[in-house]
Amino acid sequence: MARNKRAIPEINAGSMADIAFLLLIFYLVTTTMDTDKGINRKLPPWDEELVEDPPPIKERNIFTVLVNSNDQLLVEDEYLEISQLREKAMEFIDNNGDGSCTYCKGYKVSSSSDNPDKAVISLQNDRGTSYGMYVKVQNELVAAYEDLREKYAEEEYGKSYRGMDAEEDKDVIKEIKSAYPQKISEAEPLNIGG
Amino acid sequence: MAVIKKKKDKGLPAVNTSALPDIVFMLLFFFMVATVMREVDLKVSVNKPQATEIQKLERKSLVTYIYAGSPRVKYQDKFGRSPRIQLNDAFATIDDVQAFVIQEREAKSEEDRPMMTMSIKADKSVKMGLITDIKLQLRKAQALKINYSSLQPKNVEALYSSEN
Repeated sequence: MARNKRAIPEINAGSMADIAFLLLIFYLVTTTMDTDKGINRKLPPWDEELVEDPPPIKERNIFTVLVNSNDQLLVEDEYLEISQLREKAMEFIDNNGDGSCTYCKGYKVSSSSDNPDKAVISLQNDRGTSYGMYVKVQNELVAAYEDLREKYAEEEYGKSYRGMDAEEDKDVIKEIKSAYPQKISEAEPLNIGG
Repeated sequence: MAVIKKKKDKGLPAVNTSALPDIVFMLLFFFMVATVMREVDLKVSVNKPQATEIQKLERKSLVTYIYAGSPRVKYQDKFGRSPRIQLNDAFATIDDVQAFVIQEREAKSEEDRPMMTMSIKADKSVKMGLITDIKLQLRKAQALKINYSSLQPKNVEALYSSEN
């Protein structure tokens, strides 16, 4: 009886650690940690023939942002620092000149935009503008919209727009986005200080 | 005579290493989950710009990368220092972009094609002339979803200082 109880020889697991280390080092070398993040944008589709007459937009509904080759900003014919751009853009979008926007807090200045739906930001840069500056300007303009949406969400829904879940609050996000539609138009760049 | 023999070499007892594989495997799984495969060998130096309004690129398989920047030091005697475009593993010219995008799109499955995102990874010192040319080529190739790859700044004040 006792003879049948032959002990199974133990598997030598001493080199298991070596194998695991090998795999670990392989992964350390071939992979990277950095996650990809960035500003999402959409390009206008390419048309061979230029659109003959673009729809007329009132001068007051356009917020012009120019960036020259020395990375300086000219906003609405006025020299501006990048740190002031967000504030200016928000004032413009939220102006509510014709009073049709019930949730806007703007100053209703007659020389600024009618309502957020009509307000268009026009961005033009030089071919010599640095990409870093361009991204910064884009970032500020997007941030202006995001800040307004954030305020709107706090008031209407009592929660943070940035903290919303893309799937769960789908309809709410859509509604907020339509309250402040993002309208940033990019003109062909100039080539002055190339 | 019964002599109790003392063990002569009373060395340190061996450290039990049976848990070592477990620890290493744990590390291994962590790295497998937390990291992604390196896509390409970067030939241009890319110092990404900083931005706060950034979104994560969700599905890697939908993303195609375009790199722009000045060539790295070891390529400089061959390619010079002026900013260049890198597609996959090689330097490219602006005329190659359109063909590259079309080829990348073909490689993706039918339902993924409209969701394809172009990620522009450019150095912040690159001039907009080059970026504009890339964007024009992307428009011609009908690749309209783009993403300006940027980093979250450590502190927001740094965003407005003149050095960045």
